[in-house]
Order: sequence, then C-alpha cells, then structure tokens
Amino acid sequence: MVIYLLRRLGLALITCVFISIFTFVIIRLPPGDFVDAYIANLAASGSSVSAEQAEAMRREYGLDRPVVVQYGIWMGRVLKGDFGVSMVWRRPVTEVIGDRLWLTMAVSVSALFLTWMIALPIGIYSAMRQYSIGDYIFTTLGFIGLAIPNFLLALILMYLGFRYLGLNVGGLFSAEYAQAPWSLARVWDLTKHLPLPAAVLAMAGTAQLIRIMRANLLDELRKPYVVTARAKGLTEMRAVLKYPVRAALNPFASSLAYLFPYLVSGSIIVSLVLGLPTVGPLLLQALVAQDMFLAGAIVLLLGVMTVIGTLISDMLLMWIDPRIRLEGR
Amino acid sequence: MSIAIDTATPPSAPLDEKAAAAEARYAQATQLQLTWWRFRKHKLALVSLVVIVLFYAVAIFADFLATTDPHATDARRSFIPPQGIHFFDENGFNPHVYGLRGVRNPRTFQLAYSPDPSRKLPVRMFVRGYTYNLLGIFETNIHLFGVEGARAGESMFLLGTDQLGRDLYSRILVATRISLFIGLAGVVLSLFLGVLLGGVSGLYGGWVDLVIQRIIEVLRSVPTIPLWMGLAAALPRTWNVIQVYFAITIIISLIGWTDLARVVRGRFLALREEDFVVAAELSGASQGRIIFRHMLPSFTSHIIAATSLALPAMIISETSLSFLGLGLRPPAVSWGILLQDAQNIQVLSGAPWLLVPAIPVTMVILAFNFLGDGLRDAADPYG
Repeated sequence: MVIYLLRRLGLALITCVFISIFTFVIIRLPPGDFVDAYIANLAASGSSVSAEQAEAMRREYGLDRPVVVQYGIWMGRVLKGDFGVSMVWRRPVTEVIGDRLWLTMAVSVSALFLTWMIALPIGIYSAMRQYSIGDYIFTTLGFIGLAIPNFLLALILMYLGFRYLGLNVGGLFSAEYAQAPWSLARVWDLTKHLPLPAAVLAMAGTAQLIRIMRANLLDELRKPYVVTARAKGLTEMRAVLKYPVRAALNPFASSLAYLFPYLVSGSIIVSLVLGLPTVGPLLLQALVAQDMFLAGAIVLLLGVMTVIGTLISDMLLMWIDPRIRLEGR
Repeated sequence: MSIAIDTATPPSAPLDEKAAAAEARYAQATQLQLTWWRFRKHKLALVSLVVIVLFYAVAIFADFLATTDPHATDARRSFIPPQGIHFFDENGFNPHVYGLRGVRNPRTFQLAYSPDPSRKLPVRMFVRGYTYNLLGIFETNIHLFGVEGARAGESMFLLGTDQLGRDLYSRILVATRISLFIGLAGVVLSLFLGVLLGGVSGLYGGWVDLVIQRIIEVLRSVPTIPLWMGLAAALPRTWNVIQVYFAITIIISLIGWTDLARVVRGRFLALREEDFVVAAELSGASQGRIIFRHMLPSFTSHIIAATSLALPAMIISETSLSFLGLGLRPPAVSWGILLQDAQNIQVLSGAPWLLVPAIPVTMVILAFNFLGDGLRDAADPYG
C-alpha cells in the first residue's frame, strides 16, 4: 500500500515538473522575449521605456542568462508564489486570477459528482435489464452524448434558453452577486447556477461511464457466485447490489483519474461559451494578447490542480479496492 | 461470435454439403476475411461506414456540389435565411428559388437583399458557376446543381448566409474537406508515433517500457485543452494557412498517440509469448521479419479499430481549437471556424441557421464511434 502510494506520489511530482517545463516553453515560445512584448505593450499605450530600463528588466528576470538558469529562476519565483506581472492587466498574476481558479475547480468537481450520480444507477439498470427498451434508450442517448462536443451542447442550450425561455443561461452568479464579496447568499447563488454547466460538462463522461459500468456489471452477473446467491433465494436487488456492483465499481473508480483532467479541460471551453467567470476566458484573452506570464500561470496552476485531483481519486480507489490496498505487502 | 456456430458442428454430424463448404471456407479464410465477415453482422457499423465514405466523397467533390463561391463576400446579402427550393409552380414541375431584391433599410439607408417571390431563378443540374479545380487537376466551372440566369450577387442559399454574405451550404461542404482530412493527417501521425513507441515499449520491455509508460501516464493526466491552447497561440502570426494547418495537426496528435501506443504495446506483450513467434524465432527468422511478417499482420485489425476510434477525437480537437480562434485561420474553412460565427448569442438568436455546422460534426463523430465499435468487436476473435 505504501509502495503504491509512493509510486503515485512520485508520478504526480514528475507530472508537475513536466507541466512546469511545458509552461516555461509556452512562456518562451512567442518571438522575442517578454520584455520586448512589454515594451511594445507600453508603446501602444503611449509611454516609452528607455534602453537602460529594458536592460535592467532583462537582468532582473535573468533573460541574459542560459535557458536552464532562466527556468530555475522562474521556478524559484513560482515556488514562492510569485507568478510575475500580467502585462495586459498591469497587476500581479495572482491578483488577476483571484478566485477564478477555485470556481474552475468548483465547476469541474461538481461535474464529476454529477457524472457519478447519473452514471451509476443508469449503468446498473442497463446491465440488469440488458436489451430492454430502457437499455436501448440509454445506450442511444449515451452515444449521442459522446458524439456532441460539450461546447456545442452549451451553445445549443444557450440558444434554446434564449429563444424559448427568454433567459440568459450563462454565468455562475446572478447580476447582484457577480461582484459581491463572498457570503452565504453568494454561495447559495453559485449553487443555483452550477447545475447547468456541470451537466453540460458531465455529458460525455457520463455516457462513457455508463458503458463501462454496464459492461463490467454484465461480466460480473454471469459469474457463478451470483447464480449461487440467486439460488439461495436472495432478492434480485440484494443479489446484485451486495457484491457484483461492488466488484464492478472498481474500474469505475480507476477511470476517474482520466476523467478529471478531461473535465478540467472541458470546463475551459464550456466556460467560454457560457461566459462563466472561471480561468477559461482569462486564458484565452491572455493567449491572444500574448500575456505570457498570465497564460503560463493559468496553465501551470490548472495542471497542478488536476494532478492533485487525480492523486485524490487514486487514494479513493485504494480505499474502495482491497486488491490495490494489499498490493506489495 | 456467431461464426463459431459453423465450426461448432462436430465432424461426425451428418455431412451436409452446404455446411461442409461453409466450414472449408471458414478454415481457409484469411484473418482479414474473418474480420470482414464478423464486421458485416454489425449493421450499425456498416451503415456508419457508408456514411463516412459519403462524407469523404463530399469532401473530395465539395466544389462540384457547392452552389456558390464559398469565399465570395457581399455585405448586402448578409444573414439571408435559408432558401427553400420550390419544386412546382403553376406550369408544373419547375424547381426554382426566389431571386433577391434590394431593399433600403429605412433607418440606416443601407441596401440589403431580401427574397423576392415575384422573381424565379430556375434550379438546374450541371450548371456553370464559379471556377474551381476538380481533384486539384482539372479546372472547371460545372456544378452538380445551381441556378440559371442569376444577376450579380444572386445565387441560391440553401442554408442561408453568414454575416459577410457567404453561402453557408457551400462553406459547410468545403469545410468538410479540411475538418475530415486534418483528422486523418493527425491520426496518421499519431499512428506512426503510437506504433513506434508502443512497439518499442512492448518489444523491449525493461526500463524503455517503464519510461514510455510513465510518459504516457504523465501526458494523460494533463488537461489537454489549456496545453493545446498554449501551443496553438504560440504559432507565429506570419505563418500561412498551410503551415498553421500542419502545426495544428502536430499539436493535436501530440496527445492522441498515447491511446494507440497502449493498444500496440498490449498486443506486442501478448504476442511475444505466442507459440508461432517462438517457432519463428527458433527457425532463425530475423527480428524485423518476425515483427513485420508474423506479429504485425495478426493485430492490424486492432490497430484499424483503435485508429477509427481516435479519429473523432482528432476532429473534435480541431473543431474546438478553431472554434476558440486558436486553430486554423481564415480564409481556411473548417467546421470549427464556421461555428465560431455562432458564438455570439445575439447573432445566433437572429440567425439560428449558423448552428447548422453542428449537424455534420455530430454525424461524423457518431459514425466514427459506431464504426470503431464494430471494428473492435470484429477484430476480437473471442468477441
């Protein structure tokens, strides 16, 4: 168990390092260094920077040193929580991002729970009533859910909401709470707005999980111990729910590790369509304006949060499945 | 699956000519034939195959099927609603669409076109329209159908026009080409990477396998869209359409190869222990011969199935990136670029037909999923 945990932890660390290198590449990719971009940005707004000032800035950020050293300097700052200054906003990156990161996570995590809540009962139903009308309906719906990219679904819902209900379904807050400080009322307002984006995001994952759950449970239901349980006169509900479902749940939990990055990823693009105040729209703006410190910080933070989420889901899996817990004993 | 029923007949059973012939046919069939027979049973997959072939045919002959130059803009005919073809008039069968009439907006004094029921434009087969290159070789201006006797700026707009007055129907057709072939190109690249790295991983095992497996795990635990966005946004603005196209292909296959690598590795691991591989080794066959002559043919069908399941993911990736404005750039036309116009809810409520490109996207992805499912079932001899 300890070995498993350590292995997972090690992998998470490697992933974080990989993400940081990747982020650094993104920051460095645009032609010229960021001081050039900064000067161009200032020039566009009318002020100018002298050559000495530019040189001083370059030295401050270590841009005259080799790339590896630059990466080291940047990493050192990031570990201290200093993500640099956003060029477009002229404010520290951490300030610009604010609680948008947490809202991103709130949307992703609620999508995850929704996926579970929908997929589990439907998966069990479809396996127990294989080839029934309900099974066919859910399978078809599942395939359609898989085929419609979630941003398209968001677009269609937006349109339908606007056209037939005359309301704007986007956003995470009502107008009066959008800028308000956090309070219980604001949290309640957020809870009311979460289901729609969460449902849009959960669609494809749910479809996938239903199929996995159905296939797994079908395999389990054919095993002799289920026949024994039935022969002993257990009610159908009990015969199915007591052991087969638990056994089938295992791959269900392991797919979680892949589902979470997918949901975070999807939340970016869905946020853009639905106008959610998450990091999604901010990232797009930053990338278009080549505000690389902001963009880099968002990619890095999202990546690290995803890795942590995946790690948590791994631990959850360990808790559910004794086979993993006992591994390496 | 059900093929097994043929073989299940014990040899001692009364010899039925037909059954014997079927059995002989089964025994002599190649792997590919067996797969095909199993695949044929999967009706939905078969239909999907037809749909996909049709889509690619449309992609190849897009210009021939188009009615209006997909790049021709005309501010006066912006947001014309879809025009239906009227098949009959008072003289019997005479397919036609209404012409356009310039109306001056009473408030802005701008000239805008709107359909004019008093003028009929006859719709005919094989009419001459804008000039294009058929298959990139022949220059021609013949289109499958179109209108005759149109005035400048007039044409038929089956699915309406966008803000710049471009014909949505023709644009969707032309977009099919880029959207489908970028998926194909991305999959070819992923396939190359996946087979190479997965093969190496499965064949050599040891630390090479360990490293490649960790790389795959790392890649899979990273949220892809922010990464793609970062890479795509970093493409120089000065690059032309073709350069961007290839860069985007590379970006979307950067993540896509991991699934294929897993499939290939799994097969290699399973096959390495098989008797026929050991036999080949013992008879002194070279490693290259063992891989390409003996091992590869036995799981080509698996690779094909995995590929057809990877394709829709590629198409979605390109569509998403282009939708965000970070993918392909105009004048290139792809489904994602068309859907970009539908981003604004105000525009969309006035011109809902801009959402139509969502239909081919969904259809193609659905078809590829069914096809992949069918192929996977067919490729698995124990299915």
